Formats: sequence, C-alpha cells, structure tokens
Amino acid sequence: MKRRIFLKGSLATGAIGIAVGAGLITPRMVLAAWPKAAFDSKSVDGAIDSLFGKSTLTGSDKIKIKAPDIAENGAVVPISIETDIDGVESISLIAENNATPLTSSFVLGKGTLAYIATRIKMGKTGNVIAVVKAGNKLYSASKEVKVTIGGCGG
Amino acid sequence: MSSIKMRATLGENGVTTVKVLISHPMDTGLVKDKNTGKFIPAHFIQEVVCEHNGTRLLTAEWGTAISKNPYLSFRFKGGKAGDAIKLNWVDNLGNSDSGEVAIQ
Repeated sequence: MKRRIFLKGSLATGAIGIAVGAGLITPRMVLAAWPKAAFDSKSVDGAIDSLFGKSTLTGSDKIKIKAPDIAENGAVVPISIETDIDGVESISLIAENNATPLTSSFVLGKGTLAYIATRIKMGKTGNVIAVVKAGNKLYSASKEVKVTIGGCGG
Repeated sequence: MSSIKMRATLGENGVTTVKVLISHPMDTGLVKDKNTGKFIPAHFIQEVVCEHNGTRLLTAEWGTAISKNPYLSFRFKGGKAGDAIKLNWVDNLGNSDSGEVAIQ
C-alpha cells in the first residue's frame, strides 16, 4: 500500500518536474501546501480543525452567503460569499452533508477583496458554511440549500 | 487550446473583477462508468493561483466538490487597464495549465 502511494506520488511529481523543466510553470506556483487531511476529513469540525488548528467559530452576520434556496441539480450549486469583516486572510467553503465536507479554501492576497464566487457539488440537502479567517479568529455563517438531485455520484 | 477562459474588468470604483472558467472533468472518484461498471478515478484541480504584476491575488485550494468545468470569480483593488492577470492550475494527476489576460 505504502509503495503504491509512493509510486503515485513520484509519478505526479515527475509530471510536474517535466512541466517545470520545460518552463511551463514556475516552481513556486506549484502546490504550495494542499491541505490533504482537511479535504479528506469526513466531519465539519475535523476539516476546520485540520485546516486552522482549531475549530472555535464565531458566528457573524457580516458574512453574506448567496446560494439558491433549492438546488435542482446538486452537481452545480452556485455560491458566493462576501464579507465586510476587516483583514480577511482566507475564506473556506464547507458543504455540511457532503461525504468530505470541505469543498474549497481561498487564501486572499493583500489587495484582494473579501468576495468569492464559485460553483460546488452537494450530495444532499444541508447547510453551506462559510468560514472566514481574519486576525487569527474564525468567523462563520451558514445557509441551508435544499438539494433535489445529489451531485457527488452514486 | 487553453483550458482557461478568463476576463478581468476594471470598474469605475477602482475594483477589478476577475471571472474564470476552466474546462476540467473534476471527477470525484465516486462515480461509476456506466459501460465498464468501474469507478472513474478521481481527477480534480487542487490548486489555482492568480497573480497581478507578480503579486499573488488569490490561492484557491480545491477538493473534489468543485463543479465540473469550474467557475471562479473574485475582486481586487490596485489594477490598471492593460495590466496582466496570470492564472495557473495544478490537478491531482500533476497536469497543469496557465493563462493570461489583460485588464479591460
């Protein structure tokens, strides 16, 4: 098993290596630190804990989540998150009832505004949770999305 | 052809809006191929990095739950018309692509 993982890993780095060698991508742009444990976590708390090292969230009404009340197709659920909290460092997007709840995490640069829009897959009805990291604190808000047809396979 | 479609528009308030569409299957690894009955292996973008004049605007870490042919939009301050916005993605199989667009 370990050997298999190792082989997989070396194959992957091999492909990136070739791309870097060919000057297609600059090395520092390659996978800084993809938080595998957080994405593999099967619980919301586990994912948040693994991502930030703690899971204490402060509820905030300064975070606005735009999402449909009912998503007919769980494979494509448009979500946007906006907040006017000061000094936002990152925004993470969690679908509570997905097999692995963490969908994505966005680290913002200096001039980047605290606004993110994307489309996610949702397995079934549940809350979409936005976790905003600002000044070493975690703020969160959630919104329920009813899913008619799940979008994670099966 | 590039997998990346990108547009960056400068608004009157000095805020640039970047909208990106990437063509990618974003396979979760949980879906069975109807013909063979075997699971289609996970194949998804893990990281998207966007830069403006060499400064990092956004690093997006993605799992399998981002929809097929991902859409991403964000906004930033400090862009000028004609400035280059660069984007690069890497997936779990080590594939990558990059694109560039000028702010309009």
